[in-house]
Amino acid sequence: MDKFTILDGLVAPLDRPNVDTDAIIPKQFLKSIKRSGFGPNLFDEWRYLDHGEPGMDNSGRPLNPDFVLNQARYQGAEILVARENFGCGSSREHAPWALLDYGFRAVIAPSFADIFFNNCFKNGILPIVLGAAEVDQLFSETFAEEGYRLTVDLEAQSVSTPNGLVFNFAVDPFRKYCLLNGLDDIGLTLQHADKIRAYEERRRQSEPWVFN
Amino acid sequence: MTAQTLYEKLWQSHVVHTESDGTTLLYIDRHLLHEVTSPQAFEGLRLAGRKPWRLSANLAVADHNVPTTDRKNGIADPISRLQVDTLDQNCDEFGITEFKMSDVRQGIVHVIGPEQGATLPGMTVVCGDSHTSTHGAFGALAHGIGTSEVEHVLATQCLLQKKSRTMQVLVDGGLGKGVTAKDIALAVIGKIGTAGGTGYAIEFAGAAIRSLSMEGRMTLCNMAIEAGARAGMVAVDDITIDYVKGRPFAPAGEMWEQAVANWRNLHSDEGAEFDSVVELDGAAIKPQVTWGTSPEMVVAIDDCVPDPAREIDPVKRGGMERALAYMGLQANTPMNQIGVDKVFIGSCTNSRIEDLRAAAAVAKGRRVASSIKLALVVPGSGLVKKQAEDEGLDRIFIESGFEWRDPGCSMCLAMNADRLEAGERCASTSNRNFEGRQGPGGRTHLVSPEMAAAAAIAGHFVDVREF
Repeated sequence: MDKFTILDGLVAPLDRPNVDTDAIIPKQFLKSIKRSGFGPNLFDEWRYLDHGEPGMDNSGRPLNPDFVLNQARYQGAEILVARENFGCGSSREHAPWALLDYGFRAVIAPSFADIFFNNCFKNGILPIVLGAAEVDQLFSETFAEEGYRLTVDLEAQSVSTPNGLVFNFAVDPFRKYCLLNGLDDIGLTLQHADKIRAYEERRRQSEPWVFN
Repeated sequence: MTAQTLYEKLWQSHVVHTESDGTTLLYIDRHLLHEVTSPQAFEGLRLAGRKPWRLSANLAVADHNVPTTDRKNGIADPISRLQVDTLDQNCDEFGITEFKMSDVRQGIVHVIGPEQGATLPGMTVVCGDSHTSTHGAFGALAHGIGTSEVEHVLATQCLLQKKSRTMQVLVDGGLGKGVTAKDIALAVIGKIGTAGGTGYAIEFAGAAIRSLSMEGRMTLCNMAIEAGARAGMVAVDDITIDYVKGRPFAPAGEMWEQAVANWRNLHSDEGAEFDSVVELDGAAIKPQVTWGTSPEMVVAIDDCVPDPAREIDPVKRGGMERALAYMGLQANTPMNQIGVDKVFIGSCTNSRIEDLRAAAAVAKGRRVASSIKLALVVPGSGLVKKQAEDEGLDRIFIESGFEWRDPGCSMCLAMNADRLEAGERCASTSNRNFEGRQGPGGRTHLVSPEMAAAAAIAGHFVDVREF
């Protein structure tokens, strides 16, 4: 997993609540047995005018000119500003994989669905919760100013605007540590292998049926 | 000792280690796997040279991509086939128990776990699928995980977790005729919203919940995730224990008695405090129908499509307008005047024997309306299918004009060949009415099995209480 320290990136706005993981990456693309290559199909049903299927050459497909990410000014965006309950619905990790493959490293919203939020951290994407008024302001500034960028500093837990405003956000210390250092959870957990074995031994005594 | 909630008991009994910030290594008793969210996890294991920590914890089945017709011919779509073949190969390579497509025990992962007794009270149950909340019906702590976590559970038998807040959803009062667990679930989501349970583990309690069968409790817990809560649960009682007894993976003999004694403690203690309490009057709940593209966009069958002009919040109003445009509906249309094109009875929410019996009771002796293009009944597992056939339910459905299919996720999310065409409207017993969920441009209305069967017969939504 790539480290996440400081990100200075172009911002794209997605101004609708309850964006679900079916919208982020439609189910036909879940048939892949790989972790990569989902970027061209991010928001597929909103982004293209035709119906997408795995294996298609996406470069020749008709783009939906009304979809925000298709506007020239947002090409190369690395930070997505979104509305409440972003990432609701299915647990598919293909959603953060698609966002990452497209180029997003951070998503800012007033709230996220739990499983999606968790999946982001496993893939080096930082989901940032800011207050509804703060997110409103970021939307206004993004719409108003072409080339609008934000600086996200994970160590300082801050989002800085070009006009010098600084918004602070909360993040679990453990998740922050893993993201700052690009650490693999499994390796960390296996450092506790003795504790896992001792736990199993106790449970085998008290609830043997669990191990049948 | 302080009074504990059921969630706190389940959490506490699975803690392996806690970091200073509260991040906890939680032990996982049961890990269910399916073909869509596991290939990258197995690949990760292989690349790191790791093996599953405890093989017996795992049970796998292909469900999302499997065809529901002509199964002996295999899977026509090569991409779907590769995903199912990959699961077969991974399970064979690592030695994981799998019910393959030809096995009568094959079915939707959230149907077969409980059916086999692989889901037991007091367990932690996870699966790379958000509807894992279903298994909480057994007084278990069950929730969906992402693929990185599937790999983590395979490799370590643990998950890194932060404790959730607790919410009690209290439904007292008796349910009226024609009102089901599905209607309770939709009414709860309508009340608290799809993000209302975010960050919480929900315990469903009260007289209306206690009166539900295990099938009903599974339907309810299944949809906890649609209220934003990763986990939903119901306390253990005689109904739970009677359901589990004698199932293949359940303990037997002396160990059964020991287990039951342990499980009797799986309820919230008198006086236990929840971080949030939501109350509903069960007697006031009517059959529900969704009108929009989020499960919270729901009304009672005798109500009308809401009018966005009456919504003050501009973000919500925009969402409603977009939903109505997508759904091809006009504000203020009575729900019972909305015609449907297809009907889907199935999914991990409503494909168990009780669901099929309820739908068959409505269909019996009646005909599917001529305007209906397709009415599908997809049992949750091969064993549910067999039982339904033993009871003659298949004949009732077929004689009424429904198609009787093989088990799988089917048109809940249309990863196989069963889907809606653009603009088609469906009365569906599934769990999500998101844009494109049942096929690109498809329009989904979530209802109970009884309401779906009644809509198939009438050709439009109809109040099953008067049907």
